[in-house]
Amino acid sequence: MSVAFSDTARTEFERILSRYPDREAAILPALYLAQREFGYVSDEAIVYIADLVGVPPAFIEGVATFYTMYNRKPVGKYHVQICRNISCSLLGAEHLIEHVSKRLGIKPGETTPDGKFTLSKAECLGSCGTAPVMQVNDDYHEDLTQEKIDALLDRLP
Amino acid sequence: MEQVLTKHFADDRYRHVDAYVETGGYEALRKAFGMPKGQIVDEVRKANLRGRGGAGFPAGVKWGFLPKDLSRPRVLVVNADEGEPGTFKDRLIMSRGPHLLLEGIGIASFAMTIHLSYIYIRGEFVREAKVLEEAIAEAYAKGYLGKNILNSGFDLDVYVHRGAGAYICGEETSLINSLEGKRGWPRLKPPFPASIGAFGLPTIVNNVETISDVPWIIANGGERFAALGVEKNGGTRLVGVSGAVERPGVYELSAGVNLRDIIYVHAGGMKDGKELKAVIPGGSSTPVLRSDEIDVTYDIESMGKAGTMPGSGGVIVIPEGTCMVRALSVLMRFYAHESCGQCTPCREGTGWLSKIVRRIEEGQGKEGDVELLLDVCDNMMGRTICPLADAAVMPAQSFIWKFREEFDRHIEDRKCPYGNKF
Repeated sequence: MSVAFSDTARTEFERILSRYPDREAAILPALYLAQREFGYVSDEAIVYIADLVGVPPAFIEGVATFYTMYNRKPVGKYHVQICRNISCSLLGAEHLIEHVSKRLGIKPGETTPDGKFTLSKAECLGSCGTAPVMQVNDDYHEDLTQEKIDALLDRLP
Repeated sequence: MEQVLTKHFADDRYRHVDAYVETGGYEALRKAFGMPKGQIVDEVRKANLRGRGGAGFPAGVKWGFLPKDLSRPRVLVVNADEGEPGTFKDRLIMSRGPHLLLEGIGIASFAMTIHLSYIYIRGEFVREAKVLEEAIAEAYAKGYLGKNILNSGFDLDVYVHRGAGAYICGEETSLINSLEGKRGWPRLKPPFPASIGAFGLPTIVNNVETISDVPWIIANGGERFAALGVEKNGGTRLVGVSGAVERPGVYELSAGVNLRDIIYVHAGGMKDGKELKAVIPGGSSTPVLRSDEIDVTYDIESMGKAGTMPGSGGVIVIPEGTCMVRALSVLMRFYAHESCGQCTPCREGTGWLSKIVRRIEEGQGKEGDVELLLDVCDNMMGRTICPLADAAVMPAQSFIWKFREEFDRHIEDRKCPYGNKF
């Protein structure tokens, strides 16, 4: 089944193209657009972007799989990514990951059966001064404690 | 202490152009338009401004590498791919003072006759990218970017380009490939980016903090900036302190500050009165120091004599009671995950370092494993296109050299004396 951008996304793509001397430079932004439009970067989305940019699908696939932020599989409504690098680990990140994993009943890398949460372990999120840190979709949550995480997860609709 | 960057960061309005201009913002850009271009570069040279991304290369010298021939357009790329574990200073500049960065881009671009600039920001910094986009829109609206800036006849376009989650893209040639829409594989040098960089054009890549220092340098003179630091390391620098301290955060300090003072004075000392065990002084790739080695000035030369470097200004404070094998296993897992896979010594080496350190931590280490680790290190260091392999080796070697007894004990006792946890 083929896919296509909405008119809005198509306009945005054209605006992105105007920023660069060549079309290929629009690949990273286009993959973000695809993720927003289709929920994840599906095989169909890869073929579609390849066509838009004018490169083989394998090239887009190579790019999409190189970077961690493009989801090649659907993720939950909330993608909870907890940093486990050194500064966060020193302040208890390993326990937090274990806690969230138990609470949601899924292992890191999995999605809850209702499709609400995906849990991932992240490498350094660049917010070490307010460790431990996690990212839920676009937002950072800093200076985490077990209580703070519980309150947040309770609050998310 | 004079604050070059953070003076107004407490003011929420400072991220907007009006408040920035009220504090004298964009006056340095106006001043630069009245200066000969060569003199701007000279001021940056005199400032002894060393690259703040980690390598510490003198910014003014780097700018001088562009070809004299102006027939091909040039590009300025700002490296905002802040990803070195322990480093979180550029995020502060972008969220609290984005116009400092934009004014710096304006001055640097004018000095180097550049009309196109990209800010390559790590993908996770969604909010910071939005703040930057807003600031860019404001700057265009007020005539600080775009066509005929401040009636100087100079044109400049600035765009934000988001990365997508890859530590390697902080390396400048990898960043350039990523900007071009490719996998972030580092390029062989030469050719250096200054001759063939982004889109085949001469390109200068500078860190966010480096460029943000430029307006102050032009407003106040290179010599005054140099005087804020120490010999060969001009100015202030943003130092991010994380780990077991009372007041973690970013501090703007003289490049001549003492590392002990960073921890015990500025960051409020050890958290909960714990004892200090070790410090990773300049981001996760820099060689670790024991607690008895931290009485050292935080400039590149002094830190070099101490066998390490101030790198990207990320001080990671490790308290007594931390298992150094476990700490190293966290770092080695990171480098194995982030190796781009292009060079065999790094792709295989980071994987093996991670596996071997983990098995030692889990009590499965064998006699000879520590020697094996050091041998793997020898086969990685300096043998790859980019410094990611070195970045993994430096913590591995230094952890082993300085905390050897902990590795040996894990192997002899066949278990982690700290109970496999932090």
